Amino acid sequence: MSSPEQWTHPEPASAPAATAAKPTAEQVIAGLRATDQGDVNLVQLLTPEGERVQHPDFDIDITAEELRGLYRDMVLIRRVDREANALQRKGQLGIWVPLLGQEAAQIGAGRAMRPDDMAFPSYREHGIAWTRGIHPTDLLGIFRGTDMGSWDPVKHKFHPYTIVIGNQVLNATGYAMGQKFDGKVGDSDGEATMCFFGDGATSQGDVHEGFVWAAVYDAPLVFFCQNNQWAISEPTERQSRLPLYQRARGYGFPGIRVDGNDVLATLAVTRWALEECRQGNGPILIEAFTYRMDAHTTSDDPSRYRLSDELELWKLKDPIERVKVHLVKQQWADSSFFESIEQESEALAVELREFCVNMPDPPPERIFANVYAEGNPVLEAQRDEFLAYVEGFAGGEH
Amino acid sequence: MAAPTMNRAGSDSGDSAVQTLTISKALNMGLRAAMEANPKVLMMGEDIGKLGGVFRITDGLQKDFGEQRVLDTPLAESGIIGTAVGLAIRGYRPVCEIQFDGFIFPGFDQIVSQVAKLHYRTQGKNKLPMVIRVPFGGGIGAVEHHSESPESYFAHTAGLKVVSCSNPTDAYWMIQQAIDCDDPVLFFEPKRRYYEKAPVDTTKAPGPLFESRVLRTGTAATLVGYGPMIRVCLDAANAAAEDGTELEVIDLRTLSPLDLGPVYDSVRRTGRLVVVSEAPSESSITSEIAAKVQQECFYSLQAPVLRVTGFDTPYPPSKLEEEFLPDLDRVLHAVDRSLAW
Repeated sequence: MSSPEQWTHPEPASAPAATAAKPTAEQVIAGLRATDQGDVNLVQLLTPEGERVQHPDFDIDITAEELRGLYRDMVLIRRVDREANALQRKGQLGIWVPLLGQEAAQIGAGRAMRPDDMAFPSYREHGIAWTRGIHPTDLLGIFRGTDMGSWDPVKHKFHPYTIVIGNQVLNATGYAMGQKFDGKVGDSDGEATMCFFGDGATSQGDVHEGFVWAAVYDAPLVFFCQNNQWAISEPTERQSRLPLYQRARGYGFPGIRVDGNDVLATLAVTRWALEECRQGNGPILIEAFTYRMDAHTTSDDPSRYRLSDELELWKLKDPIERVKVHLVKQQWADSSFFESIEQESEALAVELREFCVNMPDPPPERIFANVYAEGNPVLEAQRDEFLAYVEGFAGGEH
Repeated sequence: MAAPTMNRAGSDSGDSAVQTLTISKALNMGLRAAMEANPKVLMMGEDIGKLGGVFRITDGLQKDFGEQRVLDTPLAESGIIGTAVGLAIRGYRPVCEIQFDGFIFPGFDQIVSQVAKLHYRTQGKNKLPMVIRVPFGGGIGAVEHHSESPESYFAHTAGLKVVSCSNPTDAYWMIQQAIDCDDPVLFFEPKRRYYEKAPVDTTKAPGPLFESRVLRTGTAATLVGYGPMIRVCLDAANAAAEDGTELEVIDLRTLSPLDLGPVYDSVRRTGRLVVVSEAPSESSITSEIAAKVQQECFYSLQAPVLRVTGFDTPYPPSKLEEEFLPDLDRVLHAVDRSLAW
């Protein structure tokens, strides 16, 4: 708590803190910001130039086949993302939420999970969906307006996309508490939950409450924050003075910042975090430092709030290119491999396109379906009245 | 508040199935029965463990069922509701206690955005069998935010079911039926009536959860209410009977879905309806009843549907609540206006 003296402290803001009896508020803030200088705390295993580097705490043994698999995942989901973006431009989708630039963060995190783990996404988690075995065509209904997500969240252990910012963090916390209550935590065979949200969500009360609850109930939960630098038009500085991963400390659990454009580092750190959770040492916060290379959604215009220079800088840190370079340098892949992935991605794009343009509109009774598990006679009467009204037009010219 | 009347069982010795219970004790016993019947039933809320809740509704449950089934939660209503959603998806049946009516709003976002919509969003693949218990209404001399009647917000929200008990028998049975329901249920408890007593038969439920009930038959006019106003309606009917006017009294019990069949039947006989609620009247449950009754009973009505409600103000300082809350005189005044129409 600030004392009145602090507000009238005579020291100028530039005085060295060590010589002052008490640091000024400005000095405290300056000190906190100093911890955010550079990338000294960023876990990285593969540089933007494709060089494999070692990290003292996090490393990973990766085979050629595994790295080719991660590359394939990222290329395919980027192609899905670009195709869906184009489908919106052609009027086939009402809106699309681009993933471009966040492929490594999502594929690295998603591939660290096991089938029994549970995932709670926000609405940009197309790459996580891919790793949970959800076909990209199942994502389209949300954005075309034919459904609200057609996958089975119980079967895939992948919750529906959550659009209200931060809500899913509490839902994930409750689910993870349930895993603990069910006795599924305590050894390497245990279960864990991952919750995905963005830098903007960290300002939401639900995220704060989720951190509090997960901590006091020792929930096996990995909070995976993709800091893509922008919450629509607002930079991360509008959400926090402190690097986001450092918030975890205030709640009493570890926070770690990983290069979210490095699929290997993200995989390594997430595997470690999930293992800690399985053992009962959760929760853990991971901040994946990445960049939203496209707009917030197809309705957004980033040119109004950020410079294209920034995008050009981040293009040099592209998550896919560095893996390609590394695969070539290691002689783990040749041109025929890259060509085959290219062909596979084109075939997937064609499949997506054809599926999308042929998606039928749902029938009017869908409005009323499954509002309740056990029915509601008042609603059923309303439905019957409306359907009879609609039926009145059948065969007519309306 | 007075301490709850502890175990009054035995006062009806000779018939162990019928016990005289307060609403408070009946709720406590109903919760206990639900926890015994299903190990997936969890209690969550602030101060509900060691303390037994500020109204002692969960008294003794943590001691008998453990801290993993009766959770003293951090002090955050969105957290209570939001984590209950995750537990429900996981297969639990959470029963959340909101300490007071006016404290539900930090959880409103989770209730409206997730609890109400998840079954619809997933087309039935996620069920949310959870209960949100809310002590509601005024009359206890409390400070601000402790006397509100927010039920219309929830009845207005598709995907939720909303009920309110008015007596110990319903308290005992309705809470168990709500916990058994696969839909999320907002369960409004009439806090000013917590310590009213009546005999409760614990061997069989008097009827399904989502049904209104005729408590008293009459021919002159129909009174409809719910929760804490049922006592007022019954007292008004008794007073009117002394003057030779027989009023029919219907306890709605379910606010969403509304079960207005018995109300329509009654109004077709009496031709007059007075709807009673503590909640403000504008765009409320009482508005909905008036609209539906004029639609369904248009040719039977001898007078417009009248309403006796709280006023369209914030809940006033408690020294004014006797004026704010519908009472016997205001109800009878409305009945007189209806009869004189």
